[in-house]
Amino acid sequence: MTTSEKYVTAAYLVLLGALLAYLLIIALKVGRLEQELADLARAAREKRGG
Amino acid sequence: MSTWSRNRNGRAGKAGDASVAAALAVAATGLLVGGLALAFFWAPEDADQGFSQKIFYIHVPIALTAYACFIVGAWKALRLLGTRDRRYDLESYTAIHMGVIFGLLTLVTGSIWAKVSWGQWWTWGERQLVLFLILFLFYSSYFMLRYSTDPGPRRERNSAVYALFGVVLIPVSFLAVRIAGTILHPTIFTHKGANLPGTMLVSVAVCFAGMLTLAATLYRVELAGKRIDASLRELRELLA
Amino acid sequence: MSGYAADVAALARKDLLLELRSRETLPAMLLFVVSALTVFHFALPAGSSARAETGLLWIAIVFTALLGLGRAFAAEREQGALDGLVLAPCDRSAIWLGKTLGVTAFLVLAELVALPAFALFFHSLSWELVAAVALADVGIAAIGTLLAAMAAASRARELLLPLMFLPLVIPVVIGGVGASVAANPGSFLAFLGLYDAVFAILCWASFEYVVTE
Repeated sequence: MTTSEKYVTAAYLVLLGALLAYLLIIALKVGRLEQELADLARAAREKRGG
Repeated sequence: MSTWSRNRNGRAGKAGDASVAAALAVAATGLLVGGLALAFFWAPEDADQGFSQKIFYIHVPIALTAYACFIVGAWKALRLLGTRDRRYDLESYTAIHMGVIFGLLTLVTGSIWAKVSWGQWWTWGERQLVLFLILFLFYSSYFMLRYSTDPGPRRERNSAVYALFGVVLIPVSFLAVRIAGTILHPTIFTHKGANLPGTMLVSVAVCFAGMLTLAATLYRVELAGKRIDASLRELRELLA
Repeated sequence: MSGYAADVAALARKDLLLELRSRETLPAMLLFVVSALTVFHFALPAGSSARAETGLLWIAIVFTALLGLGRAFAAEREQGALDGLVLAPCDRSAIWLGKTLGVTAFLVLAELVALPAFALFFHSLSWELVAAVALADVGIAAIGTLLAAMAAASRARELLLPLMFLPLVIPVVIGGVGASVAANPGSFLAFLGLYDAVFAILCWASFEYVVTE
């Protein structure tokens, strides 16, 4: 690979990396939200007198 | 239902929203893959810069998309100030969030392009990059503003005004960096605008459309996440 | 319209009188700017150009302004007076204008010491530089006052104000330094005027959104 090609590839990999990183962050966030929702559902049940 | 997740008709987000997001994602994939295919298989190699010019097909669309995000953020901010409808706060925030991400990508891809074109990772002569640095610093402070102000109408309004300042800063900084070139740093002429062959123009345009659609998809995902977060917080307070 | 002007004048006068009596902010700004210029002398290796020195003058002005702006709403905050001001039957934008005039006055007074000190320490000034400083003062005061009000609502106001201020002030520095050193200062001075006009209008129009609860 020539130097030019290496840098071009690097730039495109940066974009790909950013997208995948974003995906990871969203996945973690969804996990956290799921957990919180479960906690809140439990708290609501308890409050109901469960 | 919380104020943040009601859409225009007062109904909470439903399956309709999901299919819009899906459509956007499909469109983004198609346009980006298509655009990049055009860029690599159809558009000719640049006479002066050679193969390294191919970075241009993501760098410029990313930069333009960042601008678009900031403009959308300012528009939502204006709507917040005008209508006092609080859902616009999260929308403005999300748009600017996307803008900062794309702005950072602009700086990184631009830096790589600078390195391969002129041998340096950073050059003050590259006006587009300098402008983005200023804007990146400005919009990063937006996050500082949000994090250090307690949630409420005050924070929403301050953020909105700041977002408006940002969008005014874009042309002002552009002008400033341009005149700065005459005394501070020699401006390097880039090949971006000058006499692009039609094939390159079409490829870039398709990539740009793809990048915009990508940003729109990510925007919806991010906004949904923020809204759920806010709703859960509200629920938590109600149940506590 | 005279009611508006009277409000603005009253607000500006209040700030200046307060400062006259307490003498807190202005002496600090004067001392700061002279100290900064002294530090700059030691920061410039021998053989540095006059242009570099002029550039540093602009840095001194920006950071002195930041120092003063950090105190811009301090009096109101400490006395809890901002709510009172906001509830007053005057246009909220008049608060901004009055405050900005006050800040501009402080800046000008600080520069009445800073510029001669600079001429003494480094080299003499051109009239273009002085004109640029005057124009820059307006822009700095305008955005600084609004940003100070924004920062006042946050928990980390001393940190937030410089962060928000610096990117916005970059064009002012470009215009100011350009007018001071370039062969054709006219376009830079015109740019400063444009900056002042655009941001003053924006600040004037948006201030009420920043201070109301």
